[in-house]
Parts: sequence; structure tokens; C-alpha cells
Amino acid sequence: MTIHNLYIFSKTGTLLYYTEWNRLNKSGITKEEEAKLMYGMLFSIKSFVSKISPLDSKEGFLYYKTSKYTLHYFETPSGLKFILNTDNASQTARELLQQLYREVYLEYVIKNPLCQLNEPIQSELFKMKVDELFKKSPLFLSRSI
Amino acid sequence: MVIYGVYIVSKSGGLIFNHDHNVPKIEVEKSFNYPLDIKLNYENKKVTVAFGQRDGINVGHVLTTVNGTAINGRELEDGRDVLEMLEQPESFPVTLKFGRAKMTTNEKIFLASMFYPLFAIASQLSPEPRSSGIEVLEADTFRLYCFQTLTGIKFMIVAEPSQPGMEILLKRVYDLYADYALKNPFYALEMPIRCELFETNLQALLETVEKSGISNV
Repeated sequence: MTIHNLYIFSKTGTLLYYTEWNRLNKSGITKEEEAKLMYGMLFSIKSFVSKISPLDSKEGFLYYKTSKYTLHYFETPSGLKFILNTDNASQTARELLQQLYREVYLEYVIKNPLCQLNEPIQSELFKMKVDELFKKSPLFLSRSI
Repeated sequence: MVIYGVYIVSKSGGLIFNHDHNVPKIEVEKSFNYPLDIKLNYENKKVTVAFGQRDGINVGHVLTTVNGTAINGRELEDGRDVLEMLEQPESFPVTLKFGRAKMTTNEKIFLASMFYPLFAIASQLSPEPRSSGIEVLEADTFRLYCFQTLTGIKFMIVAEPSQPGMEILLKRVYDLYADYALKNPFYALEMPIRCELFETNLQALLETVEKSGISNV
């Protein structure tokens, strides 16, 4: 089980934070372009899901899976978006994202008056705490490359 | 155990077949007094609920009938505007029926071609090399399974999240496609599938799977 990378997007689509742990495939485009592509894809998926859904949906899109990885998606009612890529064996990553929001984002970004909302997060403490949270999770198991 | 629908998308991203299997009908009829306690909006040629979810009427639902008669766009049968009529106190009490908007064929074609780039981007943004596109996409109300053949045709099934064995069913649908669509001399590749045998067999397959599970097919 592995965790590949993490994106946090604001309501307006700004990439607030990006970090990676085990990533073998570089997409070949810059980080900014990749973030735009990712946000655009998620935006389209959201509208796709709300149209194709046969019933009224509450939470909407949860995750998608390909042959090599799973993308977990968590959006707060305020529009903040957390995206985590893991391998296909990790099914409980959504809880981890909720924990990240509750225990790390709220504590070290919202309660930090020096952090500007809607701008990339610079706080070193936040970066450290994110790393700590994921490294102690049972899903995080670095493979020898 | 419900399968909502089957879609087949050609190599170039066009919808060539769709079958609605078991689409639940959501409709609520209720009588209202003046003033109306929900906010209605006119968008995409439909009168939709914008705010004020209550009694099974949800945001996004479409107004279908007023006092039992169907409405056309934003007009009543006699040509009056619905939203204007609902602002006048003398037209109350009024019975309104709301329902979840049904997808038109045009919208289905639009959605099918929308899935095509999502599938491609998912493979491009992969953290691992040589990843396929989206195979399973889950939302809280349904799960979408997608199987791409070697020739690039995508088979998609929309089903309840708890429905098992959908990956196998996709391959069975591919079998049916190979047997009844491709072997039909009147079928042109990349064109919409209109083969009666294919449709009847698919319908029968979906029903058996819903009733007795995937192990019996």
C-alpha cells in the first residue's frame, strides 16, 4: 500500500498545496499546468456525476480507480478540495482526508493568522504536520524503488 | 440490486448505444399557498428549484405540471408565463409537481463525449507509469464501470454501488456486441447500433444478472 501524492485546491481553483511521496511517473508538464489540468478534470467530473446520477446526490463524486492508482476526492461545504492518489489497495483514504482537514488544515492554516486564505500555503509547520499525518497512517508503506 | 443503464462509446468518443434499464422515477406533487416558500429559477429551458429543499422536493428538480396540466418550457398551456403566474396571489392555492430532470438523448451524447477526455486525463495525471484510464468511478448514488476494448470501444455500466460482478458483466456485453452487432451485415462501424437482436439479448442479460447474480450467466 502506498500514498503517491496530495493536492489541496481552494474554492476558486488555486493550488494551495502540493506534495508527493512515491511518484514514479512525471507527467512531463510543469506543476502549474498539471494543477490546472487536475482542477479542470475534477470540475468536469463533478458536473458529469451530477448529470448522470439517477438519484439526487448529496456528496457527489467520491473516487475513481484506474488499473494503477486510485484518486480519492473530498470536498468541504466551503469548496475546499482535497485530492489524494493512492494505490488500488487503499480503500479508507477518504477518512484520512477528513482527518487532514480536521486535524491539520483547520489547526495550522485557519488558526494561523499569518496564512492568507486562497494563496499557496507557505507555513513550514503545516508541511511538517501533513508529512507526519501521512507517514504514520497504515496506508503509507514506501516500496523500495 | 439495480442496474441503471448501459452506454457504448465509439473509438472517436461518440455515443453509439444506450439503454436505460431501471431508472427510478422521482416525482412529488404538492399544493402551495401564497407566497411560494421555494425559489424557482428558469435555466436551460426548464423551471428548476434553486433554493428551499422540503418534503422530497430537492434543489435541481424541474417543475413538470401546474394544477395537473403539463408545462412547456416556461409557458402554461394557455401561453401564460409560469413564473409570472406564481407571483400573483389570485392564482393560489396551486398544485405543483416536481421531478428529477430526465436526460434527453442529446444530453446523453454530450455526457458520453465528456467522459472521453476525463478518461484520457486520468491516465495522463497518473503517478504510476503506464496507467489505464478510469475503470471505476464512484459517487454516493451510483458506481460507473468502464471497460475499454483493445480496439478502443468503451463499454460503460451505471449501477448501484453495492451491485457485484459488474466487471464480468461488461465483458458479457462485449460478447453480445461482437455476436449481434459486428456480425450484422447492415451495421456500419462507429455508427449508432440499431440491432434488434442485440437489444433483446442485452435486456435479457441485465434482467438475469439483477435477479440471480452474475454467477448464472
